[in-house]
Amino acid sequence: MRAGRRSRDNGDIVVGIVGYGAYVPKYRIKVEEIAKVWGEEPDRIKKGLGVHEKTVPDIDEDSATLAVEAARNALLRAGIDPTEIGAVFVGSESHPYAVKPTATIVAEAIGATPNMTAADLEFACKAGTVSIQCCMGMVASGMIKYGVGIGTDTSQGRPGDALEYTASAGAAAYIIGKNGNGSGALADIEATFSYTTDTPDFWRKPLAEFPTHGGRFTGAPAYFKHIINATQGLFEKTGTTAADYDYVVFHQPNGKFPLEAAKKLGIPVEKLKQGLLTPMIGNTYSGASVLGLAAVLDVAKANEQILVTSFGSGAGSDSFAIRVTDVIEEKRNKARSVQSYIDNKEYLDYGMYVKHRRKLKSL
Amino acid sequence: MRRVAIVGVGMTKFGEEWGRGFRDLIVEAGARALQDANMSGAELDALYCGTMAPGKLVGQEHSAALIADFMGLNPIPATRVEAACASGGLALRQAYMAVGSGMHDAVVVGGVEKMTDASGAQVSSALGGAGDQEWELFSGATFPGLYAFMARRHMLEYGTTEEQLAAVAVKNHANGSKNKYAQYQNEITIDTVMKSKVVASPLKVFDCAPVTDGAAVVILVPLEKAKKYNENPIEIVASAQASDTIALHDRKSLTKMRATEVASRKAYEMAKVTTKDIDIVELHDCFTIAEVIATEDLGFFNKGEGGKAAADGRTALNAEISVNTSGGLKACGHPVGATGIKQAVEVTWQLRGQADKRQVKDAEIGLTHNVGGSGATCVVHILKRA
Repeated sequence: MRAGRRSRDNGDIVVGIVGYGAYVPKYRIKVEEIAKVWGEEPDRIKKGLGVHEKTVPDIDEDSATLAVEAARNALLRAGIDPTEIGAVFVGSESHPYAVKPTATIVAEAIGATPNMTAADLEFACKAGTVSIQCCMGMVASGMIKYGVGIGTDTSQGRPGDALEYTASAGAAAYIIGKNGNGSGALADIEATFSYTTDTPDFWRKPLAEFPTHGGRFTGAPAYFKHIINATQGLFEKTGTTAADYDYVVFHQPNGKFPLEAAKKLGIPVEKLKQGLLTPMIGNTYSGASVLGLAAVLDVAKANEQILVTSFGSGAGSDSFAIRVTDVIEEKRNKARSVQSYIDNKEYLDYGMYVKHRRKLKSL
Repeated sequence: MRRVAIVGVGMTKFGEEWGRGFRDLIVEAGARALQDANMSGAELDALYCGTMAPGKLVGQEHSAALIADFMGLNPIPATRVEAACASGGLALRQAYMAVGSGMHDAVVVGGVEKMTDASGAQVSSALGGAGDQEWELFSGATFPGLYAFMARRHMLEYGTTEEQLAAVAVKNHANGSKNKYAQYQNEITIDTVMKSKVVASPLKVFDCAPVTDGAAVVILVPLEKAKKYNENPIEIVASAQASDTIALHDRKSLTKMRATEVASRKAYEMAKVTTKDIDIVELHDCFTIAEVIATEDLGFFNKGEGGKAAADGRTALNAEISVNTSGGLKACGHPVGATGIKQAVEVTWQLRGQADKRQVKDAEIGLTHNVGGSGATCVVHILKRA
């Protein structure tokens, strides 16, 4: 059932993913542990959010270190000379600096500097997929040979807020190059479609420590509106339907929203299972959709098709039609899988969690 | 006093109307009412509106002026009244007096509330103003908490159970499922209510009216002129209002609303009817316990029997007395200022035979019951087919 028409005259020039890499920190905190502190019922929260536990970065980890780990894994799979990387874009809502890019830290750490460009992006949870789109354009136009697009976050939840149960840390990196025979592309990005509006569902002012969100406003007018419109736009653009895709990855702020979006789009929820990581690692924000895609690439077979639709508050969604090539088998095992990171874990209590997340303030 | 009739009604869908603001909602409801009355706005000579907390919820005061402007009704006099959750009923009463007294000949009266632009905490704080700010709110009471006191006392004095309260919500959702304007059109079970999260024990999420955006409008003219606008005018045969202590702790009883008793007795006397003549009641179920207490205080059941009556199905659609056919505040939704007017809209539709799948058979006389806060204001109207 994979005979969907794919129009090559849709305006997009196809590019390839020549390497991908993931990183998820090893510490975890369980919903029960957070619920205990705030006097909530853990079972009700786990059922309501579809989340059991989330990742916590180590004391010496931040969005930059996570991005470097993911980028190094991507390079291992790509097997390219890093000096041929022409651009590094890092998308995050927890960049270590407001001014001084994370991207140059990553670029230098992976040996891509100095004859290249770099920049940071912010678009809430979809900054990672926008970074990939930037690389797509630069590669397709011939401006650069390879570009690296990264989504990384060590997101913060306000103590006692619902988001504290899900705001977590993780990163994934994608090395974009040309596609076709001999290119080394393990998957082709065949098309992308974005849907963007000015919708203030979630925001953080410059000196604020924690973001503010619009409660129920983050649902229908934000997440669902953009995911659905972007996905339908991609379907129309490519002449495909849900039936053409073997795997579907949606942005996953909790374990429930993606399933609800799938139902609204007529997508069987089984297709989301492989790429739905939030129940075990929480919402890695800019890392979410790109980590979900990495988990799919860890198992997908040649010629299988993957639909990815990210969502970033503020708001917008980027949808991608991706087709796996037969190169995946030789490259997949050159770096650690997402599952190997998920399985490597150590639990913290709330006190240690607060120390790790620097939420302890002197009075 | 001249006799007064309702000749046009209209309301918006109640719910989380993300795409519509305060003025969008009321203008839509107003336009529908004018259309229903086959009336041009130019014929209106006064406007009343009820809205509880637009200042706190959307930063807008001077609401009546705003509404008159955006409905294109300048320069008619425009007046806002406020009595917490009874703002709508109060506005209806002011409009009734304006026409009945001969002061005005065609009055539009609306109720509106835009609640979803504020956070849960802001809404709680705004609604808390319906109680005693210094003695109740300041001490940490919220409205679910105050009604929870009433529920506990009612359970202690009369053996009312949580399941009986749940039956009220189930019945209201069943009615709401037949109402295309209702916020919630899903049916629920006793289990749904019993398993929902506790808000203020014994009241759970499903015992409480939701947060809602919406507006409703009715148009009043003297009865003698009504047929010009609508072949089914509905006469307001009684309009009564009463007050009680603002704070719950100053009441003589926690299980009875004196304001409801006083206002309803006055209304029955004005209309020369008894409870047996009432075919349909739209009463103020801000919480399930409020409906139980109201059915008793309005005289439909003896004090203490309201819970069992609900559980026995005596208040279901076309049962002994059809209560809250719109779905009530629970299922239709509770945009605070709009509710009192919505009640009049629903009763009007019922008496005209326009209530579709939730029609009360042979409905001739209906009653609306609108309460402010924990019972400090109560407004009762009785409507009759003219």
